[in-house]
Amino acid sequence: MKTNVYDAVVIGGGAAGMACACEMDSSGLKVAIVEREETLGGILLQCIHNGFGLHRFKEELTGPEYAERYIEKVENTSLDVFLSTTVVNIANEGEGYCVTGYSGSEGVLLFKTEAVVLAMGCRERNRGNIGIPGTRPSGILTAGLAQRLINMDGLVPGRRIVIAGSGDIGLIMARRLTWTGCEVLGVVEILPYASGITRNIVQCLKDFDIPLYLSHIISRIEGKDRVESVQVTPLQDGKPDISGSFPLECDTILLSVGLIPENELSRKASVKINHETGGAYVDAHYMTSQKGIFACGNVLHVHDIVDFVSEESVTCGRYVHQYVKHSLLDAAQYNVTPGANVKYVIPNSFIREAGRKFYLRSLIVKNDAELKVMLGEQTIIKKKLRHVQPSEMISFVLDNEAFPASLPIGDRMALEVSIH
Amino acid sequence: MSDKNEIICISCPIGCRLQVTKLSEEAVKVEGNRCNRGEAYGREETLRPKRTVTACVRTNSRKIAYAPVKTDKPLLKEYINELLKILYTLDIEVPLRRGEILIHNFKGLDVDVVFTRTVPG
Repeated sequence: MKTNVYDAVVIGGGAAGMACACEMDSSGLKVAIVEREETLGGILLQCIHNGFGLHRFKEELTGPEYAERYIEKVENTSLDVFLSTTVVNIANEGEGYCVTGYSGSEGVLLFKTEAVVLAMGCRERNRGNIGIPGTRPSGILTAGLAQRLINMDGLVPGRRIVIAGSGDIGLIMARRLTWTGCEVLGVVEILPYASGITRNIVQCLKDFDIPLYLSHIISRIEGKDRVESVQVTPLQDGKPDISGSFPLECDTILLSVGLIPENELSRKASVKINHETGGAYVDAHYMTSQKGIFACGNVLHVHDIVDFVSEESVTCGRYVHQYVKHSLLDAAQYNVTPGANVKYVIPNSFIREAGRKFYLRSLIVKNDAELKVMLGEQTIIKKKLRHVQPSEMISFVLDNEAFPASLPIGDRMALEVSIH
Repeated sequence: MSDKNEIICISCPIGCRLQVTKLSEEAVKVEGNRCNRGEAYGREETLRPKRTVTACVRTNSRKIAYAPVKTDKPLLKEYINELLKILYTLDIEVPLRRGEILIHNFKGLDVDVVFTRTVPG
């Protein structure tokens, strides 16, 4: 059995893992990336549509292009990359961790490391998660799986498609399938507003006159061997109104009903999970409840834009470097809690240091909203937001100047972030 | 002639609600935009709607059976289906590099189709 010794081991070689690892390498740490697929790049490789990189590179890239820029960056570092290697365990060894990986060609690999970065991304919710009644024929798959089949394997999953849920992947697939010659009969969304970003509603549905059924559910799936039809039912005051039901004849159903951070490993390592995000609780340094285990990217909270994943992961990498070098700022941390109309705020605590960035998700759709950060009775920040909606992540920076100097250090008051 | 249309700007994730008034075949008035890109989008979307096209083409690589491609600039909407039909009939020999041109100056529209992933031989 081979044992490798590192300062930090990054689990996952997608957008988050690569950005975090590159940052740590550039600051002089000895770092390994462990990736279960045959190549680096993660989910970006199957996202062949454009729209990535506007913030990070100031140009519009496709997923594979964005991924390759980072892959080339990784190739020009002294990072060790272990491909086709699945991490199966993270064991606490007192002074550090022992990460166990399994590779088909190398067998069991052990990594002794001071720090671990969780960057495993997320996975899709499926039929079981939303419980659609009906038969169990073939032709029901998640939107991301369909994306992989079409874009990487050249396999078209069906001809007449109904999409459940208006998440971004489902919208992107509506266009991709239409451009492949399929007929997309509609997108059925349980909420009164779309879950995907506006740009995708416009370019993927409106462009092709694909109906978006808001406040509707798929109430039944019919079909013996293959999907034959679905029943679509409107919601009236939150309850299905059966009298308004109508059938859509289709052979395939794509589910685009949300993503769940992939935290099986984290749980095994006793990392405390936040139920609002499905990811770990992290402190002001992106460190989880387990000392020396950090998290960034979609395994921490599901992002809508990869640019923010990269940005957050670089920040995380900087703190991991400080942790390994024993130079993390050792000051009081204030809890950061979601207030009115806010689903969650990341990171979950704040430390008095310049330029701390926060990411949050709104629970409401509103124009001309206001973001408010309160410390007890005191307003720290007020920020105008032209438009908020749950599908578009919001960020803000908390500067020292905004933070009152008069507060007693060590005071464990919470910062409350709300939207009005 | 006054033809007010509400469209959502897609130049960035903000998604400004634009009110576009078509003044003539060549002139529009755009309101509700937050930046210059919004104005340009409102004009283009009303007069000459274009989209960046992305698709995959078949390769002879054993590992990467389909290579992703894109138009290097947005293409006039009415030409999209014609381009897709051509792309789906191609068989591409690897190796190929990201950024390499697959179709040069499609239909004389000053739009190239380029590969977006490097596929080794």
